[in-house]
Amino acid sequence: MNAHWGQRGVALLIAAFLFLFLVVPVAKVIIVAFQAPGTGAFTLVNFQDFFNTSLFREAFWNSLYVAAISVLVATAFAMPLAYFTTRFEFRGAVIVQTLGIIPLIMPPFVGAVAMQLLFGTNGSVNLMLEEWVGINIPFMDGLNGVIFVESIHYFPFILINLSASLNNIDRAMEESAQNLGASGFRLFRRIVFPLAMPGYVAGASLVFIKVFDDLGTPLLLNVNTLLAPQAYLRISSIGITDPMGYVISVILVGFSLFAMWVAALALRGKDYGTEQRGGGGLAKRRMRPWEGVLSYGVIGLILLLVLSPHIGLTLLSFGTIWSFSVLPDGYTINHYREVFEQSPQFVTNTMLYASLAALVDVTIGTAIAYLVLRTKIAARKWLDYTAMAALAVPGVVLGIGYLRTFFGVQLPWSGQPLASWWVVLVIALSVRRLPYALRACTAALQQLSVALEEAAENLGAGKLTTVRRIVVPLMVGGILAGFVTSFATAAVELSATIMLVSRESDAPLAYGLYVFMQTAAGRGPGAALGIIAVLIVGIATYLSHRVIERGQKARGLADEY
Amino acid sequence: MSTSRILRRAVLLLAVAPALLGLPTQGQAAEDKVIVVTSFPKDLTGKFKSEFEKRNPGVKVEILSKNTSSGIKYVQETAANNTSDIFWASAPDAFEVLKGDGLLQKYTPKVAGIPEKVGAYPINDPDGYYTGFAAAGYGIMWNTRYLKAKKLKPAKEWADLAKPVYHGHVGMSAPSRSGTTHLTVETVLQGEGWEKGWASWKEMAGNFKTVTERSFGVPDGVNSGDFGFGIVIDFFGLSSQASGFPVEFVYPTVTTLVPANVAILKNSPHPQAAAAFIEFLLSPEGQTTLLDPKIRRLPVNPATYAKAPPGFPNPFKDKSIGAVVKFDVDLSKRRYNVVNSLFDVMVTYRLDDLKAATRAIQKAQAAAAKRPNDEKVAGLIKEARALVAAVPVTEAQASDPGFSKVFKKKRRKKTDKLPQRQAEVEEQWDAFVTKNYAEALAKAEQALSMAR
Repeated sequence: MNAHWGQRGVALLIAAFLFLFLVVPVAKVIIVAFQAPGTGAFTLVNFQDFFNTSLFREAFWNSLYVAAISVLVATAFAMPLAYFTTRFEFRGAVIVQTLGIIPLIMPPFVGAVAMQLLFGTNGSVNLMLEEWVGINIPFMDGLNGVIFVESIHYFPFILINLSASLNNIDRAMEESAQNLGASGFRLFRRIVFPLAMPGYVAGASLVFIKVFDDLGTPLLLNVNTLLAPQAYLRISSIGITDPMGYVISVILVGFSLFAMWVAALALRGKDYGTEQRGGGGLAKRRMRPWEGVLSYGVIGLILLLVLSPHIGLTLLSFGTIWSFSVLPDGYTINHYREVFEQSPQFVTNTMLYASLAALVDVTIGTAIAYLVLRTKIAARKWLDYTAMAALAVPGVVLGIGYLRTFFGVQLPWSGQPLASWWVVLVIALSVRRLPYALRACTAALQQLSVALEEAAENLGAGKLTTVRRIVVPLMVGGILAGFVTSFATAAVELSATIMLVSRESDAPLAYGLYVFMQTAAGRGPGAALGIIAVLIVGIATYLSHRVIERGQKARGLADEY
Repeated sequence: MSTSRILRRAVLLLAVAPALLGLPTQGQAAEDKVIVVTSFPKDLTGKFKSEFEKRNPGVKVEILSKNTSSGIKYVQETAANNTSDIFWASAPDAFEVLKGDGLLQKYTPKVAGIPEKVGAYPINDPDGYYTGFAAAGYGIMWNTRYLKAKKLKPAKEWADLAKPVYHGHVGMSAPSRSGTTHLTVETVLQGEGWEKGWASWKEMAGNFKTVTERSFGVPDGVNSGDFGFGIVIDFFGLSSQASGFPVEFVYPTVTTLVPANVAILKNSPHPQAAAAFIEFLLSPEGQTTLLDPKIRRLPVNPATYAKAPPGFPNPFKDKSIGAVVKFDVDLSKRRYNVVNSLFDVMVTYRLDDLKAATRAIQKAQAAAAKRPNDEKVAGLIKEARALVAAVPVTEAQASDPGFSKVFKKKRRKKTDKLPQRQAEVEEQWDAFVTKNYAEALAKAEQALSMAR
């Protein structure tokens, strides 16, 4: 296929967007990493310092270890949920899939408090364990604590992408394998899982990079011998302007890109595209009774574990005082009342910002995936890499970069600085969450055989028509998965938000959470606000699953077997 | 005349008053709002907002909540096109940073009756850039349920927190994260001297459960019962108690009262409304607002204490609060970044090593107590203690401007040369500290095995 002028135009537009809203603002901040502390001249001496510092080397290995093990643990959570719900006739599959995304929304601060109250040294679980068996398990201590929380928090990336992939597998493949005598685990290992590989790799690489770059969890556990918190602590401490914080940011970005490249290698040279589409994926089999009991049991246990932070959060939002005890002292609905009386605009702002950001993300994500996989435009891979780099940029760096780049620019109609316009907040959110949508869209397109598009073009359809009528409809599962992950995580983003909010009336929910969590009395209302965020995302996810299901039914295929 | 017309005239009068008095008027029309960047919680800002608006009809207060470091960055980055009027926060060092960058506007309040010092700390910036409106002191808070369950007694002095019984029960924030925590560290360093002060901090830190990333993480941890004791600023303790948590708070003998401050930003778009806001904070009504149970900060106007509830600490009368240490602001300023960085290198980033060494020393000490005449054991323990306590920098070096320059990015002149880079210095310190902690651990374990 030769590059079409329209494709070039789209590529240029996206490149301009990424350049203006990601590369320039970030470069304006992390340029310090390349400047000599005394003179401001260009130098690499700061990088030399990084590798000469034992604390940073230790932090690097710790981050690598935590990220790798978290991928394994997250896989163990996600695999059964994805497999059982897509492979079998499973009651409540939509509910499981919806609940499965909830852990992605760990509201800042309150999420931490809820986790400590449940799993901390003196949390509910340990208080009960001490009472009954006299032991205390350090769930939340050190690197293992980080792995525990990270894998609970980020396993939905694997779940969502793997499920989308499983649903996209051509049933004919499975049937041929069965005709050739494969069944059971062998069928899964040799046929089903390899075909779902693009989704798994998309999810696993997201988990790896996200955990490697994650700030929130280590900070909540006060573990600071990891790279991301080291960068953050150095960037945000008062008065000191240590270039090392920015050096670490550069290294985080570089290493994340390297990990992306490795993940792409894993899929290279294989063709995952299959022709039959929209058939609801694998044949759904009815489970034998004992299988049913077993799989419901496994899924129930996993859900209980991964949703426990949210159970804690619910208790916190209804509890009066909860201190050094298994459960709160009493219950009340006043926290919710306070939230609704004081700040209903937080909720509406969040819905508006997160859905706009997610919409931008799936649009750009689909476009980049198409350009990378279906065209030969020069340097197209760099669009992908640049967009993914956003994953490794700390929110505070992006926030400062936006202020630095856009505060001097005035809006023509109001004279207000561009940086204080709420739309900039949406752009910041969409840049930060673009990688999630991008990976989901890429995986979806990888599973789509190019033969379908060629057929359409042979029949006379133009490029745009092919994309609109063939590619996008067949990718819809992946696009929705991308929308949901971007939406869910944008709804609770805080670190760039807090830099950019310039009017309380424009502030989203995460900012409200921050404001509540500054005071001892704000803990309950903060938790209530967190639960509202969870509900918003839960409902959005549920609805989008229903949309997929209805789409499949409309094509008359889902209930065929 | 209807009330609304009276109001309108009052507003008009307020707006032209400065012009009549010959004050510079930057805004031509009446200023209808004041935009406040603050790190204070909603309980405080909300109350002051409504009280101010009640007394200044027509002027709206817009609150922008940011934590102190985002607040500073926000003001710095938006300076070229400034849209904010007031910076309002606790830590004096935040104001020092802004003042150093030339982002504050001088302002001398007109309210009378506010003394020069609270405790030993000057209330206002001597150069007139920022103004103290309330005071707060550091102390120890604890969770009563936690103490009961673990059978612990309340610790009321800093030295108590270093006792072996409190191992793993204490939480604190880092001075580089929280300006008020910095002042506590500095207070003990000034009160006990550089070497001994650091030794005390490390003995306490050896008992830490955690060093939290933000200052509110400490009361959060104590309120939840995650750890029993927290080193916190008074209003965290007092307001947690007022919210119903089973916690108590006490001031140790060695503490410094620190003013919480307010300043007008340079090129503020609403300078008169901003001035009015500061005047309100210092007025008798504004000062009384501080006594609100959800706010609980110490007024800087001594007269206001007459309205305080019984038992409310009064630093102007009770000279024991914050008066022991003669706080040297200049000294603190000179070594500000060095102290922050040292604390992070020695405590925050190497807390596990420090805890292990401390625990081993405590165990060896307990075992040695049964054999008081064993000089070899006593000697080993002493050596181990000295290793833990050792500081890689002398007091003179720490406050030497040539050295502390390493920690500042801003160069004054192009020809300025830095002797070393911060990362190099920290790496040297880190090597020193980890080696010492490891040796201390080995010696303490040796002592323990000999004492058994």
